[in-house]
Amino acid sequence: MMRRRNALLALTGAVLLRPARASTEELRAAILAYTGGIEPSPGPVQIDIAPLVENGNAVPLTVRVQSPMTPADHVQAIAVFNQLNPQRDVARFTLSPALGRAQVGTRIRLATSQQLVAVARLSDGRFVSQAVDVVVTLAACVE
Amino acid sequence: MARTLITVPASARRGELIEIRCLIAHPMETGYRRGDDGLLLPRNLIRRFRCYVGDELVFEAELFAAVAANPLLSFWLRAEASGTLRFVWEGDQNFAQTEHAALNVTP
Repeated sequence: MMRRRNALLALTGAVLLRPARASTEELRAAILAYTGGIEPSPGPVQIDIAPLVENGNAVPLTVRVQSPMTPADHVQAIAVFNQLNPQRDVARFTLSPALGRAQVGTRIRLATSQQLVAVARLSDGRFVSQAVDVVVTLAACVE
Repeated sequence: MARTLITVPASARRGELIEIRCLIAHPMETGYRRGDDGLLLPRNLIRRFRCYVGDELVFEAELFAAVAANPLLSFWLRAEASGTLRFVWEGDQNFAQTEHAALNVTP
């Protein structure tokens, strides 16, 4: 009896944990596909999002990168990825020095509590990123 | 034509950083949801947004299903000279819309 219960627990654990681990791999793969295989280093990327979200259908998100935004030294692009929505991509932004400030904002959908990662491509070819965990109480409808 | 709401400051000093906000009425249907008949609703997304100052492309966004309905985009711009800002949205089902806004720069 005990053994059967343990086996059941182990099975439940395997079913519940596997998708999360698989999606973390997928998230990493999506980021590496974006950077062309370069591992982004933790850098001056700031993600502004409520840590506790009541409604996942429209979550305000702002990404800001510390940069002088001059032709010689600026942020060329910012991409945002998620861990557990049906698709890893959220949005990709292309910036130019004419903006003066490397900050973009939008509203996103979150299917469940998960990790978000913002990756910035700098004009010297480096990639910097930052991750944030968000808890969602009412998920966006994906089905 | 979809309704848009574009916020640009009425005027800016030369060199000042201004925030620009662009909202457009659009369902951003993900293609993952099912309708009442149980069939997948066809994907209908705005895929791309561009902002031009005169003829210069200054900001571009590629949007995916994770962007909320009625997509709002905000970004910053260094006001250099008076002119016209052009905003272009493109998406599934041949969605295309262009809007303009005036940029007034005082020295």
